[in-house]
Amino acid sequence: MPLQLYLDLHSQPCRAVFIFAKITTIPFEYKSVDLSAGEQFGEEFGTVSILRKVPVLKDGDFILTESIAILQYLAAKHRTPDHWYPADLVKRARVNEYLSWQHTGLRAHGSRVFWFRGVLPVVTGTPVPKEKMDSALEDLNMSLKTFEEKFLQDRPFIIGEKISLADLVAIVETMQPVSTGLDVFEGRPTLSAWRDRVKKEIGSEVFDEAHKVVMNVDVLPQTFEKKGIPEFLKLRIMKMFN
Amino acid sequence: MVLEIYLDLFSQPCRSVYIFAKKNNIQFDHKRIVLFDGEQYNEEYGRINVLRKLPAIRDGDFCLAESVAILMYLAEKFHSPDHWYPADLQKHARVNEYLSWQHSAIRMYAAKILWLKLLIPKAMEVEVPKDKMDSAIEYLNGALQQFEEKFLQDRPFIVGDQISLADLVAVVEIIQPLGAGLDVFENRPKLRAWKDRVREAVGAELFDEAHQDILSCQEIVETMDRNKFDTMKPKIVKYFLS
Repeated sequence: MPLQLYLDLHSQPCRAVFIFAKITTIPFEYKSVDLSAGEQFGEEFGTVSILRKVPVLKDGDFILTESIAILQYLAAKHRTPDHWYPADLVKRARVNEYLSWQHTGLRAHGSRVFWFRGVLPVVTGTPVPKEKMDSALEDLNMSLKTFEEKFLQDRPFIIGEKISLADLVAIVETMQPVSTGLDVFEGRPTLSAWRDRVKKEIGSEVFDEAHKVVMNVDVLPQTFEKKGIPEFLKLRIMKMFN
Repeated sequence: MVLEIYLDLFSQPCRSVYIFAKKNNIQFDHKRIVLFDGEQYNEEYGRINVLRKLPAIRDGDFCLAESVAILMYLAEKFHSPDHWYPADLQKHARVNEYLSWQHSAIRMYAAKILWLKLLIPKAMEVEVPKDKMDSAIEYLNGALQQFEEKFLQDRPFIVGDQISLADLVAVVEIIQPLGAGLDVFENRPKLRAWKDRVREAVGAELFDEAHQDILSCQEIVETMDRNKFDTMKPKIVKYFLS
């Protein structure tokens, strides 16, 4: 039985896993989970993961959540090229350091800006208060500054000459606010140059394929109007940001 | 040159690194950084960790931040017993899964309790709205439920029969609310039994030594100079109460 990956490409961690599996040619069955319909809260998905999040990996009987763990598992199991998750102690530590920091750093702040610009106004019918939005943007700017000054510096990729899991996880998070029309690369030449290098390593075909749905997030209002937002999902979303 | 570990044992991630190093007889120079005195903002510490957080290590020329990355580095470098970070693919993945999930779950919600219940009202003398406190406790309860139902289940430890990095990282976070007088183990016999097993596996003396500061936090705050928090007050209030 082939590997199954439960994904919704609106989600950053799903994109990282999708891209990694594609470019390292790991065969998998794509199992779609529609987050905007609240499918992750359904009975069927509950039998896959009670944490109700994506991505999820199903390898025979083995079910694994958390994109970081999934990426590390795939790299080890499929013996992907060393540069993705180097065996060298110090290089690997640098990848782990980024993968750890980013949860409450770039991921948290990029996500929040995405929700505030792209999702909440559609769900509630009103824009997010200016103070809240400004605060979220300030946090994102700080994270991007930290990213450039500590994690990237003058290196081509986060840990050095070659791309690793760290860059993959970082690029999908930087793209999230971009999908709402906020160009985080504007005025940031170091970041832009890094983005170009990462995109080149991944290949624009896979990169664009992974980012297709999220870059269309401005059709979310029509999507919700057509399908309707389940009430329970609406309440959950509003509670998240109160 | 001996390994340097920069720590403040009020901090949960510092405790996991401290306990791991001591338990595995890793020789290190314990460098104390007092967070309540803002020592993480010293010029000297800035050269160790520009993120201005704890813990951090300096191993020769190599400086590393992020407790999860540090634990993985130490386990590998010092060849700690396999059960801490098993070589087996699936067990290894299970440890990684927990270490990833916890950042935005248990760690986030348990840490908040200490601030909302003790440090902000008592040390900073800023009132905490009841709905903020109730919400924080609700989120923590949700995370603890997921911990018991998904990560622990009916196993003695998270990954199986033996303690791993996952249990260590979990226990230091789960204990944090006790510093504010919130007994998370009350009415949670399974959680308490697990905590007792972890304490025994680590060694009661070492476990208690590491937790001495946090468990006497309420008394420490009583006699603390109220001015200590003046500089960080605006940032803390914005982060926790907005």
